[in-house]
Amino acid sequence: MDGDKPVTNMTDVGKRPAARRGVFSRRLSGILEPYYYVSPAVVLIIAVMLMPLILGLSYAFRDIRILNPFSGGFVGLAHFQALMHDSAFLGALINTAWWTFGSLAFQFTLGLVLALLLNRQFAGRRLVQALVFLPWAVPTFLSGLNWAWMFNPVVGPLPHWLTSLGIMDTPFNILSDPDLAMWGPIIANIWFGIPFFAITLLAALQSIPGELYEAASIDGATTRQQFVSITIPFLAPTIAITLMLRTIWIANFADLIVVMTKGGPADSTQIVASYIFTQAFRRLDFGYASAIAAVLLVLLLAYALGVIALRRAMTHADS
Amino acid sequence: MSTPGKFPLRKTIYWGAHYLMIAAFVAFALFPLYWLLKVSVTPNDILYTEGVRMWPSRTTWDNYTFVLTQSHFPHYFMNSVIVSGCTALFTCIIAAITGYAFSRFRFNGKIIIVALMLITQMFPLVMLIAPIFRILAPLGLTDSLTGLIIVYTAFNVPFATFLMQSFFDGIPKDLEEAAMIDGNTRFEAFRRIILPLTLPGIAATLGFVFTAAWSELLFALMLVSSESASTFPVGLLSFVSKFGVDFGQMMAAGVLALIPACAFFLLIQRYLVQGLTAGAVKG
Amino acid sequence: MASIEITNARKSYGAVDVLHGINLDIQDGEFIVLVGPSGCGKSTLLRMIAGLEEITSGDIAIGGNVVNDLQPKDRDIAMVFQSYALYPHMTVAENMSYALTLRKTAKEKVSAAIDNVAGILGLNALLQRRPKALSGGQRQRVAMGRAIVRQPQAFLFDEPLSNLDARLREQMRTEIRKLHRRLGATSVYVTHDQIEAMTMADRIVAMYDGIVQQVGTPLEIYDRPANIFVASFIGSPAMNFLTGTYQATGNTAAMTLDDGTVIPVLATPNASNGQKVTLGARPEHIDIVENGSVPSVTANVDLIEPMGLSTLVHVTLAGKPVKIFTLARPDLAIDSTVQIAFNMDKTHLFDSESELRLPPASEPHSSQPA
Repeated sequence: MDGDKPVTNMTDVGKRPAARRGVFSRRLSGILEPYYYVSPAVVLIIAVMLMPLILGLSYAFRDIRILNPFSGGFVGLAHFQALMHDSAFLGALINTAWWTFGSLAFQFTLGLVLALLLNRQFAGRRLVQALVFLPWAVPTFLSGLNWAWMFNPVVGPLPHWLTSLGIMDTPFNILSDPDLAMWGPIIANIWFGIPFFAITLLAALQSIPGELYEAASIDGATTRQQFVSITIPFLAPTIAITLMLRTIWIANFADLIVVMTKGGPADSTQIVASYIFTQAFRRLDFGYASAIAAVLLVLLLAYALGVIALRRAMTHADS
Repeated sequence: MSTPGKFPLRKTIYWGAHYLMIAAFVAFALFPLYWLLKVSVTPNDILYTEGVRMWPSRTTWDNYTFVLTQSHFPHYFMNSVIVSGCTALFTCIIAAITGYAFSRFRFNGKIIIVALMLITQMFPLVMLIAPIFRILAPLGLTDSLTGLIIVYTAFNVPFATFLMQSFFDGIPKDLEEAAMIDGNTRFEAFRRIILPLTLPGIAATLGFVFTAAWSELLFALMLVSSESASTFPVGLLSFVSKFGVDFGQMMAAGVLALIPACAFFLLIQRYLVQGLTAGAVKG
Repeated sequence: MASIEITNARKSYGAVDVLHGINLDIQDGEFIVLVGPSGCGKSTLLRMIAGLEEITSGDIAIGGNVVNDLQPKDRDIAMVFQSYALYPHMTVAENMSYALTLRKTAKEKVSAAIDNVAGILGLNALLQRRPKALSGGQRQRVAMGRAIVRQPQAFLFDEPLSNLDARLREQMRTEIRKLHRRLGATSVYVTHDQIEAMTMADRIVAMYDGIVQQVGTPLEIYDRPANIFVASFIGSPAMNFLTGTYQATGNTAAMTLDDGTVIPVLATPNASNGQKVTLGARPEHIDIVENGSVPSVTANVDLIEPMGLSTLVHVTLAGKPVKIFTLARPDLAIDSTVQIAFNMDKTHLFDSESELRLPPASEPHSSQPA
């Protein structure tokens, strides 16, 4: 490799072995090594996610209709202008807010309660944990179908239960009532989403050092005080990040709605994501669908940046 | 925590409430699955007349027999197994290598790559359907399982990478350094020493990705048009439109579809909590 | 076995320099201990020899070959980690044979080598166990065994004993030393524990702040520390330091402490009158004396620590705490005064500014790398 360097010449820097060919390339390969590792992922993500995203954004300014062979031209901001006057889109925006925060509030609250329950040792805990997390593994389309079925008064028990509880006058399908239909997918979504929060929060709970609770109880803190002064502060970062990611995820999550109501009745459950889907694949108007998607992406990015800025402001206020 | 309390009554009330709430959660989680099962074993003629009974007066395996012998479902099932299995496998390989690099190397551009991966979690994926269709069509990858595998793998790599990274972060660097001194290159040390130690993490990631790919509907619906390349969700949905609605058969198919996903999930859910715990420590 | 030569080796992380040009020649078969406080760069230097850290500039040669750009696996060295770094999914035997198997050594040779090393280290009964089922001391032995089996050009030890309890550490110290005598292998041993350095090293390399402060045999380092850092770091209980000014008349010299107390010292050609100097005196080089028998100074007794064999007396002199080590059991009362005398031949003078030792005129010139 680096030659037979005489030991006596150790300090003679000028006599470094001349044959250092390959040293440069070996150094280079050392520098490049990390990139070898990440390149498959990066190539894949660029090819399948980033490029389509850019292409999709460009569609927003073009007339792309699959069944129209003369489409493809540049239309400028026409789609966005049309959007401003599209009452279905504006309705979908409001529905998205309902859908997202309605689902999220219940998913989070119930998920947190479940995580706290599972964080105590009790007989059968592991079995319980496996069972309550199960809905997460159920394919969403199947959850959607099944919940739609359960809301149907002819074949499902839910309307009858609600009637006997006095909440409903007569058993009817809430999915066909424009005022109530949104609750159908939301409940299915809560069912499906509790495990996600429970798993994440349980993991965070288990990473809280036990000595903290011991120290607090020696200091005389009650269970409630311990919860407020130890558990909540420790969970806060996890809660903040999962809530943010989950908001975005749910806002984009159209599967349940597409399966359960197809956005109906009368667009009362149409959220932006399902509206994009309808525009693109029922009316095959890809240009318009992309414009909607671009707006949604911008709104979500703004939301994420807003949340991050808020968090930063709050942590600054703390310190 | 559970020292013999001074307030046995309070303790009893607490644990009573605890178990009651646990029971409520278990019931909420399992009841829909129970209903699925119930409909799938109800004979067609009493499906509607006994629609709201908790258990039908007669049960039958006919729906299952039909689904398994008379329909395309076994075929869809195989497609789904292939797609989900390959997706899980490829995603894990790529995510393991990338997650390892995130865990062990400091390099220029790392932040950008991490940010890129985080941002992809924000995309309205529906928006990508049309462009991906446009890109895959000339390559002959629409209407093919290969196309679906590629797309699903890309979608799942970012999250899987972060998951794997948290597992690698939990393994001391000394181990691969010892292996490198013992005569491995870094990659060999990764493969022979580090990977075997992350097997639980890999299992968790495999299960997670398999489940996600198994449920995916929209892309499967849009990128695949022929029966021969349809996955389970698509087949199930087409059931609704094609044959009117034979709910009993559909639910039977649904129960069958549940089995692999649930089996996988039950195996891995413990590791999932462990893995997230390891990651959560880092904040 | 091989020599290791380190020439002007530097390491920086971005703008931060961790090692500022290290020069060190390690002889074939020598046992070298790199010692210093944490953050002094000793572990970085060891990891550079191992190839686990890139060398920013300079050269490292093992057995005469510059290895700067060789991967660790191609350097033919073995390393014992602080955490032991045993492969958890392999048995003890598999751990020890891993490197040999990678080198495609014949099976019989591998098992013979393992049997031999297991015999030396007393691991025969543990060969089929997993690391999880071993005690800390046993794991440490396996880590040693894994290194020995390979018969490498050099052994590198990165604080291998710091996870053991005191008794075991003492035992392993002698054991490693005996092993070294038996195998005669070139060894570089990193520790922050000066006792390990003193007891184990052929030569000690004292490091601070990314710079080699002094290289020498343990007694050289102990008896003629190059500067205040080395003097204070080596030796336990630690050396006492008193500041003052130097005064010489002819062949006799003295220093005046900050409170005016005068202590006689050996004259040094390297200091001028009035120069700020620091007196360094090891606790065993200060005696408690009867009043008037020898030139002595008065100090205040603060605390007496009987240690059985010896006694450590804490006193205050010129406002500074001073420790005195004595084999006698002095009958002293706390808060009383005591007469103490400095053993002039054994105390050291350091320049307060440069912190370098000022050797007395009587001392023969010795090679002292700065």
